[in-house]
Amino acid sequence: MPIDVLMPALSPTMESGTLAKWLKKEGDRIKSGDVIAEIETDKATMEVEAVDEGVLAKILIGDGTENVAVNTRIAIIAGEGEDASAAASGPAPAAAAAPAPAAAPAPAATVPAAPRSEVPAYDATSEVPAGTEMVKMTVREALRDAMAEEMRRDADVFVMGEEVAEYQGAYKVTQGLLQEFGNRRVIDTPITEHGFAGVGVGAALAGLKPIVEFMTFNFAMQAIDHIINSAAKTLYMSGGQLGCPIVFRGPNGAAARVAAQHSQDYAAWYSQIPGLKVIQPYTAADAKGLLKAAIRDPNPIIFLENEILYGQSFDVPKGDDFVLPIGKARVARVGHHVTLVSFGIGMTYALKAAEALAGEGIEAEVIDLRTIRPMDVATVVRSIQKTNRCVAIEEGWPQSGVTAEIGMKIMEEAFDYLDAPVARVTGKDVPMPYASNLEKLALPNVGEVVAAAKAVLYR
Amino acid sequence: MATSAAKASSSVASRGKTTAAAAKAEKPAKAVTGKANGATKAAGPKPFSREEDLVAYREMLLIRRFEEKAGQLYGMGLIGGFCHLYIGQEAVVVGMQMATKTGDQVITGYRDHGHMLACGMDANGVMAELTGRRGGYSRGKGGSMHMFSREKHFYGGHGIVGAQVALGTGLGFANWYRKNGSVSLAYFGDGAANQGQVYESFNMAELWSLPVVYIIENNRYAMGTSVSRASAQTDFSKRGVSFNIPGEQVDGMDVQAVREAGLRAIEHARAGKGPYILEMQTYRYRGHSMSDPAKYRSKDEVEKMRSERDPIEQVRERLLGKHKIAEDEIKKIDAEVRRIVNESAEFATVDPEPDVSELWTDITL
Repeated sequence: MPIDVLMPALSPTMESGTLAKWLKKEGDRIKSGDVIAEIETDKATMEVEAVDEGVLAKILIGDGTENVAVNTRIAIIAGEGEDASAAASGPAPAAAAAPAPAAAPAPAATVPAAPRSEVPAYDATSEVPAGTEMVKMTVREALRDAMAEEMRRDADVFVMGEEVAEYQGAYKVTQGLLQEFGNRRVIDTPITEHGFAGVGVGAALAGLKPIVEFMTFNFAMQAIDHIINSAAKTLYMSGGQLGCPIVFRGPNGAAARVAAQHSQDYAAWYSQIPGLKVIQPYTAADAKGLLKAAIRDPNPIIFLENEILYGQSFDVPKGDDFVLPIGKARVARVGHHVTLVSFGIGMTYALKAAEALAGEGIEAEVIDLRTIRPMDVATVVRSIQKTNRCVAIEEGWPQSGVTAEIGMKIMEEAFDYLDAPVARVTGKDVPMPYASNLEKLALPNVGEVVAAAKAVLYR
Repeated sequence: MATSAAKASSSVASRGKTTAAAAKAEKPAKAVTGKANGATKAAGPKPFSREEDLVAYREMLLIRRFEEKAGQLYGMGLIGGFCHLYIGQEAVVVGMQMATKTGDQVITGYRDHGHMLACGMDANGVMAELTGRRGGYSRGKGGSMHMFSREKHFYGGHGIVGAQVALGTGLGFANWYRKNGSVSLAYFGDGAANQGQVYESFNMAELWSLPVVYIIENNRYAMGTSVSRASAQTDFSKRGVSFNIPGEQVDGMDVQAVREAGLRAIEHARAGKGPYILEMQTYRYRGHSMSDPAKYRSKDEVEKMRSERDPIEQVRERLLGKHKIAEDEIKKIDAEVRRIVNESAEFATVDPEPDVSELWTDITL
C-alpha cells in the first residue's frame, strides 16, 4: 500500500511551515533515516527523515511552497514491491486512514469541579479523652519521642541529616537516636542539602520512609527542587504508581538575632504545592501526634518546627499510640466575639492577645490550624459563623502568605457571616534585620493582634 | 543494505576513541583507578555469542524503530511538547541491561524511551504515554519525560537535569539499607555531569559504599553545547577521582564493550565496594529534542558516525558474517520489531485520552 508522507510538526507550537527543498527526487529509493527534505519553521530549518522504506513515487508539494499546514500530504512513497507509477497516480487509500485528524485532541472539555466532600468542622476535644495520663515535656522531647516510637514500630523508618547522629542533633532533637538505632538508621550527612534531599527522595521512591532533617528550613532552599519536582509531583506524573513517603522536618522561621538568611517562614511557600502536606505545630502534644502521623503518611510531608518553641513545655498524653489526624485544626480557646486564627509560633501572639482581650471583656476564640495544607477551613468557618469577625496571624510575610489564603477562603465560604473585613497581622514585608530593636519591629506582636481584634469589632 | 556496516569491524581496535569532530575528550580507554581495584583491560571486550548478539540486535533495533516511529508521530502532531530521541545511543542501555540482574534499578533523565524498552516495559504503554492516552504508563499524565514501572524496576523519567543522579543514589541507599544485593544504575548525560548535585551524590555514595553505577552517556552535546565548550575536564571517567570512585571510558557504540564494562562496574558495586563510573562515549543522531535543528555540528560528523560506528550495524554484520545467520532470519526479526512498533503506534493513536476526572486524581495518597 502506498504510504503518505505528511508535513511534519517540528516543534511543540508549529502549525505550518515552508517546504524549503526536496533532497530526494521522484523515483529515488528511500530507506528509513534518509533525509528527504528540508522544512523551515518560524525558528529554524529542519531536516525531515524518512521513517518508511520504498521509492519516492510522487512529490505533491514542491520546493519553496510556503504555509504548508502540518499533516498535509507532501509526497507518496511506494512500498516494497509496489509499482511506483501506480502509487503516484491513484489516490492513496492510506490517506483516508491517516490517523492524525481522528486523533486530534478533543475540544477542551469543561473543567471538572475539584472533588469536594462535605468536610464537617472538626472537634479536637476528643483527641485526648478525659482521664488520659499526661506528662509534661518540651516540644524537643516530644519530637524525639515521636521519631523513636515510629522507628521502633517500623524498620523502614530512618533519620538522616546534618549532625543528627554523633552530635545528637544541632538542636538536640535527635538526642539518643543513634545509641538506640545505630548508624544504619541514624545517618550523619555531609553539608549537602540538595544531594541528601535527593538521596532521601530516591530511598522513599524505593519504599523506605525517610525522615530528612534540615538543620533549618532556610538551608532547604538548596533542596527545594527535590522537594517539589521529585517528591511532590512524582505520584501524579506516574499516574498514581509511585508514591513518596518522606518527612522533611526541621526548625523554620525566625529564631533570635540570626538575621535575614536564617529567619524565614516557609509555610506559604510549601503550602502552594499540590502533592505536599504541610504541618506546623505549636504545642508539644500536637508536635508528637502530628509527627507520628506524618511518618506513617504515604505522602511527602513538610514538618515545620520552631527553634524558640523547642524548649517550651506542654502536657502530652502518655504512651506511644498518640497519633493525630493531619489536616485538622484545634480550637485552642473558646470565645464568641472574634476568631483569631494562627499556627506554629503565631499561636503565642494569638493566645496572649486573647488573654489581654479577655481583660477588656472581649472573648476571642483562638484556632490553631496545625496543618497548613490541607487546610481545615470548615473549622475556621464554624467559628466565624459564631463570631462574625476574624483576625489571622502569622510570622511570615504578608504577600501571598498563609493569612492571605485564610482571608480568601473566608471570602469564598463565609462572606455572608462577616460583620467586618478579615484582618491580618504578619511579619513585616522586609528581610529580617539583625539589630534587636528592628527585629522586634519586624515580627508581629501581641499589641498588633489586640489592635486588629478591636478594629474588626469596631471598638 | 549492509554498506553502512562496512567499517564496523574496526570498532574493537578503536575502543575508547570516538571519531570525527573530536573534542579534547578523546583519550584512550583506560580505567581511572581511584582505588587499586580499578580494572584495565588491554584486549578488546569478550565477543558475544550468537544468542547474545541476537538479543542485542533485537533490543537495539526495537529502540531504534520505536524512536523513529515516535519522531513520526511527533511530526503528525500526535505527540506534543518535548520529545528526546535515543537514536544512536542504543548500545549503552542495551549493553548495560545485559549486565544486570533482576532487581537492579534503572533511573535516567528525559531521554528515557530506550531505557524503558530495555527494562522490558511494554511498547504500547510507552507510546501511549507519549501521545497522552489513558493506556500510557502514567495514564497520560506524565508524558515523554515521566514514566515509571516499579514492576520493571524503572524509576523514571526525570526532567530536571541531574536530579536523577541524587535520586539514583537514593535507590542505591535503599539497597544498602535493606542489604538486598541489588545495584542502582543512574544514567545521565555529559551536560548533567556538570551539575553540583552529581558531586554531592558521588561523595555520599563513596562515603557510605552505596551500590550505584553512574553511567555518563557522553553524546558530546549538552543540547547545543559541545563537551569542550562546557567542561573543564572532558574525561568524564575522571569525574570521581577526588572521591576515590573508579571510572573508565567505554566505547558506547559497541554493545560488547558496554556489557563487559557494565559487568565489571556492577560486580564492584554489588560486592560492597561502592560506586563506579562508566563514561559511555556515544552519539545521538537526532537533535537534542524534536525542535532542535542541530546546526552546532556538521552533517559530515553525523554521517560519519552513522555509517562507520552505528551500534546496530556492528551487530548486524556479526550476525551475517561471524554467526552465519541468513539474511532472511534477520529480516524476520526486523519484521517482528516493526510489528511491535506499529502496533504500539496504532494503540497510542486509538486509545482514548484520560477521563477528565483524572485531572484531580493521584495528587496525594
